[in-house]
Amino acid sequence: MKINNRDIRHTLKSSGLVLDIGFFKFNICSSLQSIEETISTLYCDYVHTEYDNVEELVDFHVQVRQVKQILSPPFFNSQAQFFLDNTAPFTPLPIQHAPAIIEWGMNWCVSSQINTHLIIHAAVMEKNGFAVVMPAPPGSGKSTLTASLIQEGWRLLSDELTLIQLDTYQVSPFPRPVSLKNESISVIKNRYPDVVFGPVSSDTAKGTVCHIRPPTLSVKNQHIDCPIGWIIFPKYQVDAETEFLPFGKAQTLMNVAENCFNYSVLGQLGFDVLKNVVDRADCYQFKYSNLDEAVSIFSKLEPPK
Amino acid sequence: MNLPILCQVFNGQVAISDLTINQWDLLLRQARSAMLLAKLYYLIESNQVLDDIPATAFRYLKSAKIHSDKQLNDLHWEVRHLEKIAKKLKYPLVLLKGSAYAMSDMRASKGRTFSDIDILVAYDNITNTESQLMLNGWVSSTLDEYDQQYYRQWMHEIPAMRHMFRGSVIDLHHNILPKTVKNCPNAQLLIAEVKLLSEQEGLAVLSSIDMIIHSATHLFYDGELEHGCRDIIDLYDLLNQFVDEGGELNDLVARANELGLQNPVYYALHYVNIILHFSVPEETINKLQGNVPKGLMVYIMDFLFMRALMPDHESCNDSWTGLARWVLYVRSHWLRMPLHQLAPHLLRKGYKRVKGEEGY
Repeated sequence: MKINNRDIRHTLKSSGLVLDIGFFKFNICSSLQSIEETISTLYCDYVHTEYDNVEELVDFHVQVRQVKQILSPPFFNSQAQFFLDNTAPFTPLPIQHAPAIIEWGMNWCVSSQINTHLIIHAAVMEKNGFAVVMPAPPGSGKSTLTASLIQEGWRLLSDELTLIQLDTYQVSPFPRPVSLKNESISVIKNRYPDVVFGPVSSDTAKGTVCHIRPPTLSVKNQHIDCPIGWIIFPKYQVDAETEFLPFGKAQTLMNVAENCFNYSVLGQLGFDVLKNVVDRADCYQFKYSNLDEAVSIFSKLEPPK
Repeated sequence: MNLPILCQVFNGQVAISDLTINQWDLLLRQARSAMLLAKLYYLIESNQVLDDIPATAFRYLKSAKIHSDKQLNDLHWEVRHLEKIAKKLKYPLVLLKGSAYAMSDMRASKGRTFSDIDILVAYDNITNTESQLMLNGWVSSTLDEYDQQYYRQWMHEIPAMRHMFRGSVIDLHHNILPKTVKNCPNAQLLIAEVKLLSEQEGLAVLSSIDMIIHSATHLFYDGELEHGCRDIIDLYDLLNQFVDEGGELNDLVARANELGLQNPVYYALHYVNIILHFSVPEETINKLQGNVPKGLMVYIMDFLFMRALMPDHESCNDSWTGLARWVLYVRSHWLRMPLHQLAPHLLRKGYKRVKGEEGY
């Protein structure tokens, strides 16, 4: 579905543009040009509706606004700030970071407000009916790997937030633009020239940040839940030999728990869900420097027995 | 005056099953701003209509409920640690507000958000209690000498104490209002009436009447009313439970007269009646002695509080809301401290803020 850019601009500035992302509806309001650009380049495949025409409940009313500090000198660069229903959870950042601000803000909405799922800070993708979960701290090359694999036939379920249902232990997809940082931007650009990049946010706390458009098919299939087949801890290391080793289940559980947003909030239930997930999945740790070898290893993954 | 949908749902004016999608949207947004999502969950659960609400609404109510239950669980854990200290003391540690509601398993604790643990002891026991808390890992959260002195000289509590490892925060009080307040009650009267908890040795809570009075005092002397809506619902829960268990509002009024806290109790009954339709007989209110608002003053205070006690959400604001909140903020300082003490304090705080030594 193609959307008219003028309509996007108008809708974002008035009652808001509602995007269906996973099982969520985000109503987005912003008069910033870069937000409009983000929406039209990265979110064009999602179902989008004018807020006034939405007949169901919206999950999050979000705004990205230009803000000016009181008493700031006239030449002072203005800032942008994220709001969830007019409440600002974060301090404002330079206005050129707006495309990253909205992505971080939307992630925060889900990770801070949802306890009906166990939420892991992890990338998750699906192939042949099973999902691979990759929990990893920043710098582990998780996003670069994700960005590559989704160009190689994997379905993107999420780049940041793995949402696990508490009763079925399946992943509810929440596919969003994949965030790339610094060198990985050019790595992906060179490797996959057809990938669509959104506006760049330079000099953020995380360096230069740029998001890529998720594959159309991943967005189209965003309502298809998926059982977890593998949990893999990736680690990018310069010049490292590719190393793909089984990882103990107990240690996997502890490592995943550490990467959860609401593991302790869910208490006993959190443990039970995670235990079931880990029990059913094959667990590995994975060291790599060569993306070709990485892609090849992932393509050979056998469904768990 | 039209009440926000959140208040209309709590006071029963609008039935959950009759809500339109647009009303649900506003209800959830107002409840989120007022930190009342979990409370709303329990209200809907007690009406047995959880199965009939939209899936999206359920998601957020349930998520908030899980979060609130977790806080309650954490609170129980902290209280177990306090119990170890309390056992060894010759006087009870009196839990106040949220932790008191929770440990007495009261209606007001359901779906509430819990943060600090408030404790009351007699003034003479402050030093000993403070050292016992310190020996068990709670340390003063501010090292600033001025703040320390300010608290100890003028306030009804010592600076908050944070646990070194677990991060839990205890506010240790010797009264429910600062010493500088004109109507500062005699804390001994409160302590004389406490109820010991049966399951927790050495811990106690205020009598149910005093709990209501404390909640009212806290709300109507406090300047930061962003969570005023949540606090008025606390009062509503407390009052309902009190009446349901056979309590007499006349006894509440008599106690307010005894403690000299007629004003906050007047406001509590007045606004719980207007906002949440809790019925209070006129003659009960008339038994409040002393300087309770009358005539024009009632109109002025209604003008202010009927704005400030609403959820802090744009759909509940009008062009006077900001001013109303500001006036009440100033009023609270005025009530809590005479100007000749307040002015130097604010000047000093302002100066430190400009210097960047203090956050906003």
